[in-house]
Parts: sequence; structure tokens; C-alpha cells
Amino acid sequence: MAKIELKDIRKSFGAVEVIKGVSLDIRSGEFMVFVGPSGCGKSTLLRLISGLEDITAGEMSFDGQVVNALTPSKRGIAMVFQSYALYPHMTVYENMAFGLTLEKGKPKEEIKKRVHRAAEMLQISDYLDRLPKQLSGGQRQRVAIGRAITRDPRVFLFDEPLSNLDAALRVATRIEIAKLHESMRDTTMVYVTHDQVEAMTLADRICVLRDGLVEQVGTPMELYEKPDSMFVAGFIGSPKMNFISGKLAEGFNAPTVGVRGEHLVIKPSDGVWSGEVIHSENLGSDSYIYVNVGSEEPVVVREDGATKHAVGEHVEIAPIDGRVHRFDKAGKPIR
Amino acid sequence: MAWAYTKKAAFYLLVLVIVVVSVFPFYYAILTSFKSGTDLFRITYWPTSISFDNYLSVLNQGSFPRNVLNSIFVSTLVVVLALFLAVTASFALSRVRFRGRGLLLMTILAVSMFPQIAVLAGLFEVIRGLGIYNTPWALIFSYTIFTLPFTVWVLTTFMRDLPIEIEEAAIVDGATPWVIIRRVFMPLMWPALVTTGLLAFIAAWNEFLFALTFTSSNTTRTVPVAIALLSGGSQYEIPWGNIMAASVIVTVPLVALVLIFQRKIVSGLTAGGVKG
Amino acid sequence: MTTETMVRPAVADSGAKRSELLAQRVRAARWFLVPMLVALAIVAGWPLLRSIWFSFTDASLNDLYGAEFIGFDNYLRWQTLESGRTIYRGLLVDDAWWNAVWNTVRFAVISVSIEAVLGIIVALVLNAEFKGRGLVRAAILIPWAIPTIVSARMWGWMLNDQFGIINDIMLRLGLISQKIAWTASTDTAMTAVLIVDIWKTTPFMALLVLAGLQMIPKDIYEAADIDGVHPVKQFFRITLPLVRPALMVAIIFRVLDALRIFDLIYVLTPNSPATETMSVLARENLFDFDNFAYGSAQSTLLFFIIALFTIVYIWLGRVNFDGGDR
Repeated sequence: MAKIELKDIRKSFGAVEVIKGVSLDIRSGEFMVFVGPSGCGKSTLLRLISGLEDITAGEMSFDGQVVNALTPSKRGIAMVFQSYALYPHMTVYENMAFGLTLEKGKPKEEIKKRVHRAAEMLQISDYLDRLPKQLSGGQRQRVAIGRAITRDPRVFLFDEPLSNLDAALRVATRIEIAKLHESMRDTTMVYVTHDQVEAMTLADRICVLRDGLVEQVGTPMELYEKPDSMFVAGFIGSPKMNFISGKLAEGFNAPTVGVRGEHLVIKPSDGVWSGEVIHSENLGSDSYIYVNVGSEEPVVVREDGATKHAVGEHVEIAPIDGRVHRFDKAGKPIR
Repeated sequence: MAWAYTKKAAFYLLVLVIVVVSVFPFYYAILTSFKSGTDLFRITYWPTSISFDNYLSVLNQGSFPRNVLNSIFVSTLVVVLALFLAVTASFALSRVRFRGRGLLLMTILAVSMFPQIAVLAGLFEVIRGLGIYNTPWALIFSYTIFTLPFTVWVLTTFMRDLPIEIEEAAIVDGATPWVIIRRVFMPLMWPALVTTGLLAFIAAWNEFLFALTFTSSNTTRTVPVAIALLSGGSQYEIPWGNIMAASVIVTVPLVALVLIFQRKIVSGLTAGGVKG
Repeated sequence: MTTETMVRPAVADSGAKRSELLAQRVRAARWFLVPMLVALAIVAGWPLLRSIWFSFTDASLNDLYGAEFIGFDNYLRWQTLESGRTIYRGLLVDDAWWNAVWNTVRFAVISVSIEAVLGIIVALVLNAEFKGRGLVRAAILIPWAIPTIVSARMWGWMLNDQFGIINDIMLRLGLISQKIAWTASTDTAMTAVLIVDIWKTTPFMALLVLAGLQMIPKDIYEAADIDGVHPVKQFFRITLPLVRPALMVAIIFRVLDALRIFDLIYVLTPNSPATETMSVLARENLFDFDNFAYGSAQSTLLFFIIALFTIVYIWLGRVNFDGGDR
């Protein structure tokens, strides 16, 4: 159980400021995902929370207690690293028990009990005697998670834990982590990823970062439906939101409008925009139709099922009512 | 076609020359060591007869066995000491960022490249002052001047290559720097420690200047000094047979070690030297 | 819940103290370094200072503590005779010393140059793919593994004037018409020393260069082949520039080693003025001739010559020892 409060947190490496003043509350027991493009500072922010990196300025507290100066272990955090970072010379059991054996006066029996409980949770009980090099990538990732669980942390940190796994395993492990969150309702989890699908599927709330600053914090649906900026609107959702500006947006009384592909329909006539189909992608369940309406980039329309529109066809498109996002010149939403 | 064959032949000729030049002197020393009496002064390229006289005389007369023990004792102890001091120091130098680290590393490298003669007078005074002149301790003391910087330097480059996330995982697990060294890094560094230790051992085993200067009796000398000072009845009667036998005795284990640990030694030698 | 991006305050510091983790690590680093630094200070720092001090005194081997300060007299002193002639004495006008300096420098330059060329050749051979490469690499490690004293003795025997195999081989091949006293003759003593040193240390050079060679990506050569660049040109335009850093480091290690050479010469060509180097001469004065202070002056000068050389070399060559920084 820990509520994490960040107050104007800054971090510089030499002359370069990477985190430029982040204030954020992470609720107790919440699954918070930091997402953003590479170089936005999300990993650094996680490392500041972990205590592996020094905070340059600002105040961080766990449950009201300032932790700026505390070591990671005193903060009660556990972390799952991108490369798993298992101790290569220790068995799975030793890997998971290592942190507990360092705590003075922990009875062996209790350590054993906790390791076995975590191992059962992750179904790795059969591998406890093996060395990391004898395990597959997915199994190593489970051990890394198990090691973190064993420590029974107040705060559970994940640093892009799925990026070393192949696509199929990534989905499976994602579900695993979601279940883990269900069963550890008391533990606050902070998760860093550059993959917005991971963010959308796992998060209670998402924090979008850009250039060392927070762009927006909210539930996945809030970010999807009410993005606070063009950046967030463009970052969340797949396919990317279409932005149309200039003359083509005049009808909406805004410099720029944004519409998601799934909120556009192709009509035989009376569309808001019109143009030629220049490309279409058929995914089976749905399809993306790229239409050149005269904006900078082609507009992508998402349709259910296989598309009936061929390349070269002239189509009219219109947004669904209430699904148009209007943005001012600074990229802020007009509501 | 003929050109290609000529090229190939020339290449293998070059390889042959390299191998022969490298190996021949040692081969010839072994050959000589098995000759006795007047055989010694008949030049032959292949073994004609085998005699163990030289070996028996080296091992039974004089203090040579004692010299071997001295060398083993001094080299082993100085390496253990150097490794002990170097493991923690190289952790600090490779893993902790602090001001003056670069300068410190340069200084350590400079000490290892020191002309040893420059400290000879001062070391002599210290060793006399400590009352360890003409004892193995004088050598253990003075050999630290090159074994310690060397081991620190090599271990620092090795440790720099250990993945940072493993250390961070240990920090998250609550490990102090000492615990990280002892329980996480040391087990991962065994190969590096063996290599570094072996290289330092060879350096100590081969050392001559200090051993010559800080010991003065037959029973305290190390092997190189003993071999250098092996002499016969008169100045003109150098006991070549005995010298070759002694040389072979001290060199065979060394060559064997080097060949066994070949790959490791090459990586140890080049560590710190060349890095991308 | 509240999230706002704040304006940067004028002073970007709200009492950011050093974290406990960092403090713990720096503290540990200090304790980890202290024993090593103390050890180095005792075995290297202090003796060096004392050696330099002795060079300014009249210390003798049996009376180290009664030494008195005499300024630069060991280096240079002069005396004006009644006849008005000034006589200079001391290290800086000592012919034996300058002979030793010349010998040392000559030895270092020649040996390291030849070793560098041979080292590159051996490294190129070892870098090629052929059957038995492992065996060749093992073979060249043998000279490196043999103690210097042992190689000096081995070669001393091979170079022996009467019974040496080198003379025998050369006679058989018709290269010489009569036996040469390699180590005893002043004409050939330096050659003898060079032969042994080159034999013993070329492997070290070769291994360092080989490590450099192996870091050159193979596709560079493939690209050069496609472009039709001649192999010789490839060597000078691609290989040499790319192994230059490795070579520079190898050369400085070797030069520093060569400048302090002692054991090989002490054993192979004792008492030969043609090969007497700075280290040999300084040790002779220190312990054999009872010129302790004078020997100290020589070793001090040697130290500064080498230090100067190193600084100039690093500065000119921009040698990078420190592989990385973390």
C-alpha cells in the first residue's frame, strides 16, 4: 500500500535536464503506466521513483513520507528490468530469495514460504533449482517478476518488461501481469512502456510524457476520448488519429480537427471531405482505407470487415457526430 | 593458377618460419638439458642420447629446490594480496562515479609502467628500515608495486563490462556495495580473477631486479636470480647443462599454464589496452 | 490526480540532498580505495620521493641515515682551478651516463620498431583463416611465457661463440666465414640483445594488434574488394588506420618497457659498455660501486626522462587508454 506523490521533480544529467518538473500523484494500489516516445524521460522517471537515480530537485513521497534520500530497499520497491537482470550464477530459488536473505533476522522458513508462494503464483515451481541460462526468455521474465513479488514490495516497478519477448509471448505475459495486478490489489504498480497498446490494456491510469514533462494523466478512456493535446490524441489509439487543418477544417471553426479512423464513415454522397482511395489494408476483422482528401497526410478510415472500396475510387467521408476533436493553434483542445 | 599456389606456399612458409622461430630456442634448451659431459659441446639438432645428469645435479646440489619454493611462496602470496586489494578498489573505480576518478586511473597505470630502478634506492631504505632485507617479505613488499596496479587496472576493465542492470537489481534487493562485490560480482568474475591472477603470478615469478637487489643469500633467492647466478668453478666454466635443466624446470609449468589458459590470457593482456 | 507542468523556478533546487544510496556508494568507494592507495603510497610513492631525495645528498650504501644535503652536486658541480680552467663533474657531464642513455634509446627505438613491424605481420597471419591457426597462436605464446632470465640464458647458450648453434647454422648456410662472439664482442653485443628482446616480445605486440584487427568489421574488406581496391592499398588505407589506436597503445607499453630494460642485458651481456643501459648503470652505482647518491641521481634522471617521454607521447599520439566511462 503506498500512495506516491511527486512534486515538481527534476532530474539533470550534467547540463542536460531530462525531467523538467513533473508533479504527479499515483494512488495506492493503482496500476500507473508511463508512456511516451523514446527520450521522453519515462524510464528516468521510473528510476527516480525506484531510488536508483538521484532526484535533482523536487520532492517525492510515499504515503506522505519524503523518500528523496532513501535507498531503493528502504523505499520498499521492487523492480522488473528490461533485460530481466537475473543473477546468472544463482538458481531460480536463490535469485528469488536473495533480497530476503539480506534482511537481517529473516527466518529461513519464512523465506522459503514466500519464495514458494511467489513461484506458485507464476507457475515456476518446477524450475526452482535451475540456473537462468537453462530457462527460456518467457520463463526468465517470470522469475524476474517472481523475485520482485517475493520481496512483497509496497511499490512494484516495471521497466519495459515485455520488450525482449516475441510478439506471442508478449501478449501472454501482458495478460499475466494484468492478472498479477488483480491478485495484488494492495500493491501500487508503475509500468513503463513505449507501446500504447500495453498502456491501454494494462493501466488504471496512463501518464503520457513528452520531453520530460507530463502531457496528460488519465484513465485509458479519458485519454482516448478527451485528449488534452494533439500530441496525446496522436499518441493514443491505433491507427493514429487523423489531423486535418487549414481550409479543410474551416467548417468546424478550428485551425485543426482530429478524427479517429474508427469515427469516420464512407458515404456515397454528402461527405464532409472527399477524395480518392490511394491504398487499403485488409486485416480481416477490419480494414484501413487511405483517402487523399487534400490534407498533408492521407486520411485513414477504419471499416469493419473486408473493404469494398478499391484503389482509385472516389469517396466521400464524414465524421460521426460528437467524435470530432477540435484543436487550437497551440495544439490544445477547444471544448 | 600458379600465382595462387605460389601465394599459398609463401603464406605457409611464413607460418612455418613463425612457428619454428618461436619454438626452436625452447626446444633447443630442452635438447641441451638432456645432454651431459662432452655431448654438451657437440652441436646436434635432434636428440641423440638422453641423460638426466643435469636435472639430478640441479635438484640435488645447491639451493635450487629451495629457490623454487621461494618463488612459489612469494609469487602466490603477492598475487593473493594484490587481488584482495584490487577487487574492492576496481569496484570503486569501475562502478562508482566520483571526482578525480580518471586521474586516479591514470596514476595507477603510470605506477604500473614505472621504471622500477627509480624507486630502488628508496625501497632499499624502507626494506632495511622494516628489517625484512634478505627475506621473502622484502620481495612480497616490493612486488606489490607492479602486481597491484596491474590487477586493479585489468579488473577495472573487466568489471566495467558487467551488466549494470544486475548491479541495480542487487541494489533494489537491498545489497550494499560490499555484498554486491562478494555475492554478485565475485562469482561472476571468477574467470577474470583467475586470468588476472595468473598474469600477475607470471610477472612476479619472472621478476629479477628486486629479487637480485633485496636478497643476498642462496637460500632466499628466487628462481630467476638463481638461474642468472648459476656458475661453475671458474668464470669460464659456465655450467650450461645445469642452467638449461633449471630453465626447463621453471619454464615447463609456466608454458603449460599459458597454453591451458591461452584464450583467457590473450583477453587479459588486451583488456585495457585496446577497447572499442 | 492533479497534474500540471510548472514553470521552472529561478533557483532549481528545493533542498535536493545527496541520496542515501549515492552517499553509501561514495563512502564505500572511499573505503575500498584506501587500502590500495595506502599500499601504493608505501611501495611506490614514498620510495620514489626518497630516491629523489638521495640524489641530492651524499648518501652511501652503509650510511643512508647520515646522508647530508649537497644540492645539485651529484648532477653538476664545477671547480675553477688556479690556472683559471673550470672543471665540470657530475652526472650531466658523465660520458658513461650519456653512453648509457644513448644505448637505452637506441635499444628502445630499434627493438620497438622491429617488433611493431613483425608484430603486425604475425597478427595479419593469425587474423587469416587457415588450418592450424590455434597451434600457431599457441606457439607464439611460448616466447612470451618464458621468463626473461631464462630466455637470456637460452639465447646466451645458442649465441655462444664456440658451441653456439646460431654460429653453426650460419656457418652451414655460408652466411659467415668464422664464428662470431655475439655477446662478448662490442660490435655485436647490441645485436644479440636486440635479437633476444625481439624474439621475446614480438608476441605481445602481435596479440595486441590482433585484438585490434579482430575488431575491424569484415564487411569493410568485402566492400573494398567489390570496389576493386588492391590488397596492399587495403592494408595501408583501411587496416593500418583502424588498428592504429591498438598499435599506439602497444607501442607505448613496449617503449616504456624497453626504456627500463635491465634483466636481459644484465644476464646476456654483463659488463659490456656497448649495451649498458641506464637501469644497469644506475644499479651498478647504487649497489656495486658504492655510489649510492650518484646512482640515485641517475635513477631520478631516468624517471624524469621516461615521464617526459610518456607525456609527450600521450599528448602527440592522443592515446586513449580509458575505454569507456560509466
